[in-house]
Amino acid sequence: MHAFEYREPRSLEEAYAALAAYGEDARPVAGGTALVLLMRLGLARPGCLVSLRRIAGLGAISAADGVIRLGALVTHRRAERDPLVGTRLPLLTEAYRHVATVRIRNAATVGGGLAHGDPAQDPPAALLALDARVRLSSAAGSRTIPLHDFYRDYYETVLQPGELLTELEVPMPPAGARWGFIKFLPRTADDYGTVTVAVALTLDGTGAHCREARIGLTCVGPTPIRARRAEAVLRGARLTPELLRAAAEEVRNEVQPTSDLRGSAEYKRDMAVLFTRRALEQALAQPAGNPPQDRR
Amino acid sequence: MTSSVTASPAAAIRRIRIQVNGQEHECEVRPNRLLVDFLRYDLGLTGTKEGCGVGVCGLCTVLLDGQMVASCLTLAVFADGGEVTTIEGLAVGAELHPVQDCFIEYGGFQCGICTPGQIMAAKALLDDNPTPTEEEIKEWMMGNLCRCTGYYKIVESVQRAAGRLRGAGAGDGATARQGPAGARAGRLAAR
Repeated sequence: MHAFEYREPRSLEEAYAALAAYGEDARPVAGGTALVLLMRLGLARPGCLVSLRRIAGLGAISAADGVIRLGALVTHRRAERDPLVGTRLPLLTEAYRHVATVRIRNAATVGGGLAHGDPAQDPPAALLALDARVRLSSAAGSRTIPLHDFYRDYYETVLQPGELLTELEVPMPPAGARWGFIKFLPRTADDYGTVTVAVALTLDGTGAHCREARIGLTCVGPTPIRARRAEAVLRGARLTPELLRAAAEEVRNEVQPTSDLRGSAEYKRDMAVLFTRRALEQALAQPAGNPPQDRR
Repeated sequence: MTSSVTASPAAAIRRIRIQVNGQEHECEVRPNRLLVDFLRYDLGLTGTKEGCGVGVCGLCTVLLDGQMVASCLTLAVFADGGEVTTIEGLAVGAELHPVQDCFIEYGGFQCGICTPGQIMAAKALLDDNPTPTEEEIKEWMMGNLCRCTGYYKIVESVQRAAGRLRGAGAGDGATARQGPAGARAGRLAAR
Protein backbone atom coordinates (compact mmCIF):
# COMPACT_ATOMS: atom_id res chain seq x y z
CA MET A 1 0.00 0.00 0.00
CA HIS A 2 1.24 3.50 -0.80
CA ALA A 3 2.64 5.77 1.93
CA PHE A 4 0.34 8.39 3.42
CA GLU A 5 0.11 10.74 6.34
CA TYR A 6 -2.23 9.90 9.20
CA ARG A 7 -4.07 12.32 11.40
CA GLU A 8 -6.07 11.41 14.46
CA PRO A 9 -8.15 14.42 15.48
CA ARG A 10 -9.94 14.39 18.82
CA SER A 11 -12.76 16.70 17.82
CA LEU A 12 -14.72 17.60 14.72
CA GLU A 13 -13.01 21.00 14.67
CA GLU A 14 -9.59 19.33 14.56
CA ALA A 15 -10.87 17.01 11.84
CA TYR A 16 -12.07 19.93 9.70
CA ALA A 17 -8.66 21.57 10.11
CA ALA A 18 -6.83 18.41 9.09
CA LEU A 19 -9.11 17.94 6.10
CA ALA A 20 -8.62 21.57 5.08
CA ALA A 21 -4.83 21.25 5.28
CA TYR A 22 -4.78 18.43 2.76
CA GLY A 23 -7.69 19.49 0.60
CA GLU A 24 -8.94 16.91 -1.86
CA ASP A 25 -5.92 14.74 -1.05
CA ALA A 26 -7.34 13.93 2.37
CA ARG A 27 -9.87 11.19 3.00
CA PRO A 28 -11.74 10.61 6.25
CA VAL A 29 -11.60 7.05 7.54
CA ALA A 30 -13.44 5.23 10.32
CA GLY A 31 -13.79 1.45 10.15
CA GLY A 32 -11.56 1.20 7.09
CA THR A 33 -13.32 -1.80 5.58
CA ALA A 34 -14.16 0.18 2.44
CA LEU A 35 -11.35 2.71 2.12
CA VAL A 36 -8.44 0.49 3.20
CA LEU A 37 -9.69 -2.08 0.73
CA LEU A 38 -9.73 0.49 -2.09
CA MET A 39 -6.23 1.62 -1.08
CA ARG A 40 -4.93 -1.94 -1.02
CA LEU A 41 -6.27 -2.44 -4.53
CA GLY A 42 -4.67 0.83 -5.67
CA LEU A 43 -8.08 2.33 -6.49
CA ALA A 44 -7.67 5.19 -3.99
CA ARG A 45 -4.39 6.92 -3.15
CA PRO A 46 -5.13 9.61 -0.59
CA GLY A 47 -2.09 11.56 0.66
CA CYS A 48 -3.56 11.79 4.13
CA LEU A 49 -6.04 9.74 6.11
CA VAL A 50 -7.97 11.68 8.71
CA SER A 51 -9.18 9.12 11.21
CA LEU A 52 -12.50 9.87 12.86
CA ARG A 53 -12.06 6.99 15.29
CA ARG A 54 -11.04 9.09 18.30
CA ILE A 55 -13.69 11.75 17.94
CA ALA A 56 -16.06 11.62 20.88
CA GLY A 57 -19.79 12.07 20.46
CA LEU A 58 -20.26 10.38 17.10
CA GLY A 59 -21.07 6.95 18.46
CA ALA A 60 -24.44 7.37 20.12
CA ILE A 61 -27.87 5.94 19.32
CA SER A 62 -30.73 8.01 20.73
CA ALA A 63 -34.42 8.66 20.28
CA ALA A 64 -36.24 11.95 20.61
CA ASP A 65 -39.17 13.69 18.92
CA GLY A 66 -40.13 10.66 16.88
CA VAL A 67 -36.67 10.31 15.37
CA ILE A 68 -33.92 7.81 16.03
CA ARG A 69 -30.45 9.24 15.59
CA LEU A 70 -27.40 7.12 14.89
CA GLY A 71 -23.99 8.72 15.21
CA ALA A 72 -21.80 8.18 12.17
CA LEU A 73 -19.33 6.02 14.11
CA VAL A 74 -21.93 3.47 15.24
CA THR A 75 -20.82 0.17 13.74
CA HIS A 76 -23.09 -1.92 11.56
CA ARG A 77 -22.97 -4.60 14.19
CA ARG A 78 -24.05 -2.27 16.95
CA ALA A 79 -26.89 -0.87 14.88
CA GLU A 80 -27.97 -4.42 14.08
CA ARG A 81 -28.07 -5.41 17.75
CA ASP A 82 -29.33 -2.22 19.32
CA PRO A 83 -32.61 -2.88 21.16
CA LEU A 84 -34.02 0.57 20.38
CA VAL A 85 -33.37 0.10 16.68
CA GLY A 86 -34.72 -3.45 16.90
CA THR A 87 -37.95 -2.29 18.52
CA ARG A 88 -38.65 0.84 16.54
CA LEU A 89 -36.85 0.22 13.24
CA PRO A 90 -36.85 -3.53 12.70
CA LEU A 91 -36.41 -2.97 8.96
CA LEU A 92 -33.08 -1.31 9.67
CA THR A 93 -32.01 -4.17 11.93
CA GLU A 94 -32.78 -6.57 9.12
CA ALA A 95 -30.79 -4.55 6.59
CA TYR A 96 -27.67 -4.20 8.75
CA ARG A 97 -27.83 -7.88 9.61
CA HIS A 98 -27.37 -8.77 5.96
CA VAL A 99 -24.20 -6.78 5.31
CA ALA A 100 -21.15 -8.98 4.58
CA THR A 101 -20.06 -10.89 7.70
CA VAL A 102 -19.92 -10.28 11.45
CA ARG A 103 -16.21 -9.53 11.12
CA ILE A 104 -16.86 -6.71 8.66
CA ARG A 105 -19.92 -5.43 10.52
CA ASN A 106 -17.83 -5.13 13.68
CA ALA A 107 -15.63 -2.55 11.95
CA ALA A 108 -17.76 -0.86 9.29
CA THR A 109 -19.58 2.25 10.50
CA VAL A 110 -23.04 3.38 9.48
CA GLY A 111 -21.76 6.81 8.44
CA GLY A 112 -18.80 5.44 6.55
CA GLY A 113 -20.99 2.95 4.75
CA LEU A 114 -23.18 5.73 3.37
CA ALA A 115 -20.35 8.17 2.61
CA HIS A 116 -18.60 5.43 0.64
CA GLY A 117 -21.34 5.82 -1.96
CA ASP A 118 -21.28 2.19 -3.01
CA PRO A 119 -24.56 1.55 -4.87
CA ALA A 120 -24.56 -2.16 -3.97
CA GLN A 121 -24.83 -1.93 -0.20
CA ASP A 122 -27.91 -3.06 1.69
CA PRO A 123 -28.57 -0.38 4.35
CA PRO A 124 -29.40 2.45 1.90
CA ALA A 125 -32.38 0.46 0.57
CA ALA A 126 -33.85 0.30 4.08
CA LEU A 127 -32.87 3.86 4.97
CA LEU A 128 -34.52 5.17 1.80
CA ALA A 129 -37.70 3.23 2.57
CA LEU A 130 -37.62 4.73 6.07
CA ASP A 131 -37.18 8.25 4.65
CA ALA A 132 -33.93 8.75 6.56
CA ARG A 133 -31.95 11.97 6.56
CA VAL A 134 -28.22 12.51 6.91
CA ARG A 135 -26.49 15.33 8.73
CA LEU A 136 -23.49 16.74 6.91
CA SER A 137 -21.14 18.93 8.90
CA SER A 138 -18.17 21.10 8.06
CA ALA A 139 -16.29 24.06 9.47
CA ALA A 140 -18.93 26.24 7.81
CA GLY A 141 -21.82 24.59 9.65
CA SER A 142 -24.24 21.71 9.27
CA ARG A 143 -27.01 20.77 6.89
CA THR A 144 -29.49 17.92 7.08
CA ILE A 145 -30.71 16.45 3.81
CA PRO A 146 -32.89 13.50 2.85
CA LEU A 147 -30.86 10.43 1.98
CA HIS A 148 -32.51 10.37 -1.44
CA ASP A 149 -30.72 13.65 -2.23
CA PHE A 150 -27.37 12.38 -0.94
CA TYR A 151 -26.23 10.18 -3.81
CA ARG A 152 -25.10 11.69 -7.10
CA ASP A 153 -23.50 8.92 -9.09
CA TYR A 154 -21.46 5.74 -8.84
CA TYR A 155 -19.43 6.11 -5.60
CA GLU A 156 -20.26 9.81 -5.64
CA THR A 157 -22.23 11.76 -3.07
CA VAL A 158 -22.99 15.43 -2.43
CA LEU A 159 -20.37 15.52 0.35
CA GLN A 160 -18.01 18.41 -0.28
CA PRO A 161 -14.28 18.35 0.53
CA GLY A 162 -13.97 19.09 4.23
CA GLU A 163 -17.53 17.93 4.92
CA LEU A 164 -18.32 14.91 7.07
CA LEU A 165 -21.42 12.78 7.42
CA THR A 166 -21.91 12.96 11.18
CA GLU A 167 -25.35 11.51 11.88
CA LEU A 168 -28.26 9.54 10.47
CA GLU A 169 -31.79 10.58 11.40
CA VAL A 170 -34.48 7.99 10.93
CA PRO A 171 -38.12 8.89 11.60
CA MET A 172 -39.93 6.25 13.60
CA PRO A 173 -42.64 4.72 11.44
CA PRO A 174 -46.21 5.40 12.52
CA ALA A 175 -48.30 2.76 14.23
CA GLY A 176 -49.56 0.26 11.70
CA ALA A 177 -46.46 0.51 9.55
CA ARG A 178 -45.33 -2.62 7.74
CA TRP A 179 -42.06 -3.45 6.11
CA GLY A 180 -40.44 -5.95 3.82
CA PHE A 181 -36.80 -6.57 3.04
CA ILE A 182 -35.19 -8.96 0.60
CA LYS A 183 -31.54 -9.23 -0.30
CA PHE A 184 -31.44 -11.55 -3.27
CA LEU A 185 -28.20 -13.52 -3.10
CA PRO A 186 -27.86 -16.21 -5.71
CA ARG A 187 -24.15 -16.77 -4.99
CA THR A 188 -22.75 -16.78 -1.45
CA ALA A 189 -24.33 -15.62 1.80
CA ASP A 190 -21.74 -12.90 2.39
CA ASP A 191 -21.88 -11.48 -1.14
CA TYR A 192 -23.26 -8.19 -2.34
CA GLY A 193 -26.87 -8.53 -3.39
CA THR A 194 -27.92 -9.04 -6.97
CA VAL A 195 -30.95 -6.97 -6.01
CA THR A 196 -31.71 -5.59 -2.56
CA VAL A 197 -35.16 -4.12 -1.94
CA ALA A 198 -36.80 -2.62 1.12
CA VAL A 199 -40.40 -1.47 1.39
CA ALA A 200 -42.19 0.49 4.09
CA LEU A 201 -45.97 0.73 3.96
CA THR A 202 -48.52 2.53 6.07
CA LEU A 203 -52.06 1.20 5.80
CA ASP A 204 -55.37 2.75 6.70
CA GLY A 205 -57.36 1.59 9.71
CA THR A 206 -58.97 -1.28 7.85
CA GLY A 207 -55.66 -2.50 6.47
CA ALA A 208 -57.14 -2.61 2.99
CA HIS A 209 -55.75 0.62 1.58
CA CYS A 210 -52.25 1.97 1.36
CA ARG A 211 -51.71 5.40 2.88
CA GLU A 212 -48.01 5.74 2.31
CA ALA A 213 -45.48 3.61 0.46
CA ARG A 214 -41.75 3.96 0.08
CA ILE A 215 -39.54 1.52 -1.79
CA GLY A 216 -35.73 1.59 -1.72
CA LEU A 217 -33.57 -0.46 -4.07
CA THR A 218 -29.83 -1.00 -4.31
CA CYS A 219 -27.52 -2.94 -6.64
CA VAL A 220 -29.63 -1.88 -9.61
CA GLY A 221 -27.95 1.27 -10.88
CA PRO A 222 -25.28 3.88 -10.23
CA THR A 223 -26.91 4.93 -6.94
CA PRO A 224 -29.41 3.57 -4.46
CA ILE A 225 -32.88 4.64 -5.61
CA ARG A 226 -36.45 5.22 -4.52
CA ALA A 227 -38.92 3.50 -6.84
CA ARG A 228 -41.22 6.49 -7.01
CA ARG A 229 -43.48 5.33 -9.81
CA ALA A 230 -44.13 2.07 -8.03
CA GLU A 231 -44.83 4.00 -4.83
CA ALA A 232 -47.33 6.21 -6.69
CA VAL A 233 -49.25 3.16 -7.87
CA LEU A 234 -49.59 1.97 -4.28
CA ARG A 235 -50.33 5.26 -2.53
CA GLY A 236 -54.01 5.65 -1.78
CA ALA A 237 -54.92 2.45 -3.57
CA ARG A 238 -56.68 -0.68 -2.45
CA LEU A 239 -54.04 -3.35 -1.92
CA THR A 240 -54.92 -6.30 -4.11
CA PRO A 241 -52.53 -8.90 -5.52
CA GLU A 242 -53.03 -7.31 -8.94
CA LEU A 243 -52.11 -3.90 -7.59
CA LEU A 244 -48.90 -5.21 -6.00
CA ARG A 245 -48.02 -6.80 -9.31
CA ALA A 246 -48.71 -3.60 -11.21
CA ALA A 247 -46.68 -1.52 -8.74
CA ALA A 248 -43.72 -3.89 -8.90
CA GLU A 249 -43.86 -3.85 -12.68
CA GLU A 250 -43.16 -0.10 -12.60
CA VAL A 251 -39.77 -0.86 -11.09
CA ARG A 252 -38.65 -2.38 -14.39
CA ASN A 253 -38.24 1.07 -15.89
CA GLU A 254 -36.95 2.76 -12.76
CA VAL A 255 -33.79 0.67 -12.38
CA GLN A 256 -30.64 0.99 -14.48
CA PRO A 257 -28.71 -2.18 -13.73
CA THR A 258 -25.47 -3.16 -15.44
CA SER A 259 -24.41 -6.67 -16.36
CA ASP A 260 -21.76 -8.17 -14.10
CA LEU A 261 -20.83 -11.36 -12.26
CA ARG A 262 -24.14 -11.26 -10.44
CA GLY A 263 -26.27 -11.34 -13.55
CA SER A 264 -27.10 -9.59 -16.79
CA ALA A 265 -28.88 -6.26 -16.81
CA GLU A 266 -32.01 -7.96 -18.17
CA TYR A 267 -31.95 -10.55 -15.41
CA LYS A 268 -31.51 -7.91 -12.74
CA ARG A 269 -34.46 -5.95 -14.12
CA ASP A 270 -36.61 -9.08 -13.89
CA MET A 271 -35.34 -9.77 -10.38
CA ALA A 272 -35.96 -6.17 -9.27
CA VAL A 273 -39.60 -6.53 -10.34
CA LEU A 274 -39.97 -9.97 -8.79
CA PHE A 275 -38.37 -9.14 -5.44
CA THR A 276 -40.17 -5.81 -5.13
CA ARG A 277 -43.44 -7.71 -5.42
CA ARG A 278 -42.31 -10.30 -2.91
CA ALA A 279 -41.12 -7.61 -0.48
CA LEU A 280 -44.54 -5.96 -0.74
CA GLU A 281 -46.22 -9.30 -0.09
CA GLN A 282 -43.89 -9.87 2.84
CA ALA A 283 -44.89 -6.51 4.30
CA LEU A 284 -48.60 -7.24 3.96
CA ALA A 285 -48.25 -10.70 5.45
CA GLN A 286 -46.75 -9.26 8.63
CA PRO A 287 -48.66 -8.25 11.68
CA ALA A 288 -48.22 -4.50 12.18
CA GLY A 289 -44.89 -3.53 13.74
CA ASN A 290 -43.54 -7.01 13.25
CA PRO A 291 -40.17 -7.32 14.98
CA PRO A 292 -37.20 -8.90 13.24
CA GLN A 293 -36.36 -12.49 13.92
CA ASP A 294 -34.37 -12.99 17.08
CA ARG A 295 -31.07 -13.85 15.49
CA ARG A 296 -27.60 -12.82 16.38
CA MET B 1 -4.47 11.73 -7.63
CA THR B 2 -1.34 13.73 -6.75
CA SER B 3 -0.23 14.58 -3.28
CA SER B 4 -0.64 18.25 -2.46
CA VAL B 5 1.45 17.86 0.68
CA THR B 6 4.62 15.83 0.31
CA ALA B 7 4.51 12.88 2.67
CA SER B 8 7.59 13.02 4.82
CA PRO B 9 8.60 9.49 5.78
CA ALA B 10 9.93 10.60 9.16
CA ALA B 11 6.80 12.54 9.99
CA ALA B 12 4.66 9.65 8.88
CA ILE B 13 5.95 7.25 11.52
CA ARG B 14 3.56 6.80 14.41
CA ARG B 15 4.28 5.48 17.86
CA ILE B 16 1.59 3.08 19.01
CA ARG B 17 0.94 1.22 22.27
CA ILE B 18 -0.81 -2.04 21.80
CA GLN B 19 -1.44 -5.03 24.00
CA VAL B 20 -1.11 -8.30 22.12
CA ASN B 21 -2.06 -11.51 23.89
CA GLY B 22 -1.69 -9.73 27.21
CA GLN B 23 1.76 -8.36 26.46
CA GLU B 24 2.31 -4.62 26.14
CA HIS B 25 4.16 -3.39 23.06
CA GLU B 26 5.26 0.11 22.19
CA CYS B 27 6.24 0.26 18.54
CA GLU B 28 6.88 2.65 15.71
CA VAL B 29 4.84 1.91 12.63
CA ARG B 30 4.10 3.63 9.37
CA PRO B 31 0.42 4.43 8.87
CA ASN B 32 0.25 2.06 5.90
CA ARG B 33 1.25 -0.92 8.05
CA LEU B 34 -1.65 -3.36 8.14
CA LEU B 35 -2.43 -5.04 11.41
CA VAL B 36 -1.84 -8.47 9.85
CA ASP B 37 1.64 -7.44 8.72
CA PHE B 38 2.39 -5.76 12.04
CA LEU B 39 1.52 -8.98 13.85
CA ARG B 40 3.44 -11.22 11.47
CA TYR B 41 6.52 -9.21 10.61
CA ASP B 42 6.97 -6.76 13.50
CA LEU B 43 5.95 -9.10 16.31
CA GLY B 44 6.71 -12.44 14.63
CA LEU B 45 3.22 -13.79 15.35
CA THR B 46 2.84 -15.75 12.13
CA GLY B 47 -0.14 -17.77 13.31
CA THR B 48 -2.37 -15.12 11.77
CA LYS B 49 -2.43 -15.69 8.00
CA GLU B 50 -3.35 -13.49 5.10
CA GLY B 51 -5.46 -15.12 2.42
CA CYS B 52 -7.59 -12.98 0.12
CA GLY B 53 -6.38 -9.62 1.42
CA VAL B 54 -9.82 -8.12 0.84
CA GLY B 55 -11.70 -9.06 3.99
CA VAL B 56 -13.59 -12.00 2.57
CA CYS B 57 -11.83 -15.25 3.48
CA GLY B 58 -11.41 -14.96 7.24
CA LEU B 59 -7.83 -16.25 7.49
CA CYS B 60 -6.62 -13.04 9.11
CA THR B 61 -9.31 -12.95 11.83
CA VAL B 62 -8.08 -11.57 15.15
CA LEU B 63 -9.88 -10.04 18.10
CA LEU B 64 -9.49 -6.30 18.57
CA ASP B 65 -10.86 -5.22 21.95
CA GLY B 66 -12.77 -8.49 22.04
CA GLN B 67 -14.42 -8.09 18.63
CA MET B 68 -13.33 -10.15 15.66
CA VAL B 69 -11.98 -8.08 12.80
CA ALA B 70 -10.22 -8.64 9.50
CA SER B 71 -6.60 -7.72 10.26
CA CYS B 72 -5.97 -7.41 6.49
CA LEU B 73 -8.28 -4.37 6.35
CA THR B 74 -7.26 -2.91 9.70
CA LEU B 75 -4.41 -0.44 9.92
CA ALA B 76 -2.04 -1.11 12.81
CA VAL B 77 -2.58 2.50 13.93
CA PHE B 78 -6.28 1.69 14.41
CA ALA B 79 -5.23 -0.67 17.20
CA ASP B 80 -3.29 2.01 19.09
CA GLY B 81 -4.31 1.79 22.73
CA GLY B 82 -6.22 -1.41 22.07
CA GLU B 83 -5.97 -5.08 22.93
CA VAL B 84 -5.40 -7.69 20.25
CA THR B 85 -5.80 -11.43 20.69
CA THR B 86 -4.31 -13.77 18.10
CA ILE B 87 -4.25 -17.54 17.82
CA GLU B 88 -0.97 -17.53 19.80
CA GLY B 89 -2.83 -16.01 22.74
CA LEU B 90 -5.35 -18.79 23.32
CA ALA B 91 -3.28 -21.55 24.87
CA VAL B 92 -2.21 -21.22 28.49
CA GLY B 93 1.27 -22.70 28.62
CA ALA B 94 1.04 -26.16 27.12
CA GLU B 95 -2.71 -26.29 27.66
CA LEU B 96 -4.70 -25.56 24.53
CA HIS B 97 -7.92 -23.58 24.57
CA PRO B 98 -11.01 -25.84 24.41
CA VAL B 99 -11.78 -24.54 20.90
CA GLN B 100 -8.30 -25.62 19.78
CA ASP B 101 -8.68 -28.99 21.47
CA CYS B 102 -12.02 -29.60 19.81
CA PHE B 103 -10.78 -28.62 16.35
CA ILE B 104 -8.07 -31.28 16.79
CA GLU B 105 -10.33 -33.95 18.28
CA TYR B 106 -13.25 -33.52 15.90
CA GLY B 107 -11.40 -32.92 12.66
CA GLY B 108 -12.11 -29.19 12.41
CA PHE B 109 -9.16 -28.73 10.15
CA GLN B 110 -7.58 -30.53 7.27
CA CYS B 111 -4.79 -28.59 5.55
CA GLY B 112 -4.75 -26.05 8.39
CA ILE B 113 -4.40 -22.78 6.52
CA CYS B 114 -7.83 -21.43 7.50
CA THR B 115 -7.65 -22.87 11.01
CA PRO B 116 -6.26 -19.91 13.00
CA GLY B 117 -9.00 -17.70 11.57
CA GLN B 118 -11.67 -20.35 12.12
CA ILE B 119 -10.61 -20.80 15.73
CA MET B 120 -10.51 -17.06 16.43
CA ALA B 121 -13.96 -16.66 14.88
CA ALA B 122 -15.25 -19.60 16.93
CA LYS B 123 -13.78 -18.12 20.09
CA ALA B 124 -15.42 -14.77 19.36
CA LEU B 125 -18.73 -16.55 18.81
CA LEU B 126 -18.57 -18.52 22.05
CA ASP B 127 -17.48 -15.42 24.00
CA ASP B 128 -20.58 -13.70 22.65
CA ASN B 129 -23.01 -16.60 22.68
CA PRO B 130 -22.06 -19.65 24.75
CA THR B 131 -25.02 -21.69 23.48
CA PRO B 132 -25.21 -21.12 19.73
CA THR B 133 -27.56 -23.16 17.61
CA GLU B 134 -26.20 -24.84 14.52
CA GLU B 135 -27.80 -22.10 12.44
CA GLU B 136 -26.16 -19.40 14.54
CA ILE B 137 -22.77 -21.11 14.17
CA LYS B 138 -23.16 -21.25 10.40
CA GLU B 139 -24.28 -17.66 10.18
CA TRP B 140 -21.40 -16.41 12.33
CA MET B 141 -18.76 -18.57 10.67
CA MET B 142 -19.84 -17.99 7.08
CA GLY B 143 -17.08 -15.43 6.63
CA ASN B 144 -14.40 -18.05 7.26
CA LEU B 145 -13.75 -20.05 4.14
CA CYS B 146 -12.35 -23.58 4.13
CA ARG B 147 -11.27 -24.82 0.71
CA CYS B 148 -10.89 -28.38 1.96
CA THR B 149 -14.68 -28.17 2.44
CA GLY B 150 -14.45 -29.29 6.04
CA TYR B 151 -17.48 -27.32 7.14
CA TYR B 152 -19.38 -30.15 8.84
CA LYS B 153 -16.37 -30.87 10.98
CA ILE B 154 -15.86 -27.20 11.73
CA VAL B 155 -19.46 -26.81 12.87
CA GLU B 156 -19.13 -29.94 14.97
CA SER B 157 -15.87 -28.72 16.51
CA VAL B 158 -17.52 -25.45 17.50
CA GLN B 159 -20.50 -27.32 18.98
CA ARG B 160 -18.19 -29.56 20.97
CA ALA B 161 -16.15 -26.60 22.17
CA ALA B 162 -19.35 -24.85 23.26
CA GLY B 163 -20.26 -27.88 25.33
CA ARG B 164 -16.81 -28.13 26.83
CA LEU B 165 -16.74 -24.45 27.73
CA ARG B 166 -20.18 -24.71 29.36
CA GLY B 167 -18.75 -27.27 31.70
CA ALA B 168 -17.27 -30.71 31.54
CA GLY B 169 -19.72 -33.59 31.30
CA ALA B 170 -22.38 -31.65 29.39
CA GLY B 171 -22.49 -34.42 26.80
CA ASP B 172 -19.51 -32.79 25.13
CA GLY B 173 -21.70 -30.38 23.22
CA ALA B 174 -24.42 -32.82 22.21
CA THR B 175 -27.24 -30.70 23.55
CA ALA B 176 -30.89 -30.28 22.81
CA ARG B 177 -30.13 -27.11 20.82
CA GLN B 178 -28.31 -29.05 18.14
CA GLY B 179 -30.02 -29.29 14.79
CA PRO B 180 -30.30 -32.46 12.71
CA ALA B 181 -26.89 -32.03 11.06
CA GLY B 182 -25.26 -31.56 14.45
CA ALA B 183 -26.88 -34.72 15.69
CA ARG B 184 -25.71 -36.51 12.56
CA ALA B 185 -22.21 -35.22 13.07
CA GLY B 186 -22.43 -36.42 16.66
CA ARG B 187 -23.39 -39.91 15.49
CA LEU B 188 -20.53 -39.94 12.99
CA ALA B 189 -18.09 -38.88 15.66
CA ALA B 190 -19.36 -41.58 17.97
CA ARG B 191 -18.46 -44.29 15.49
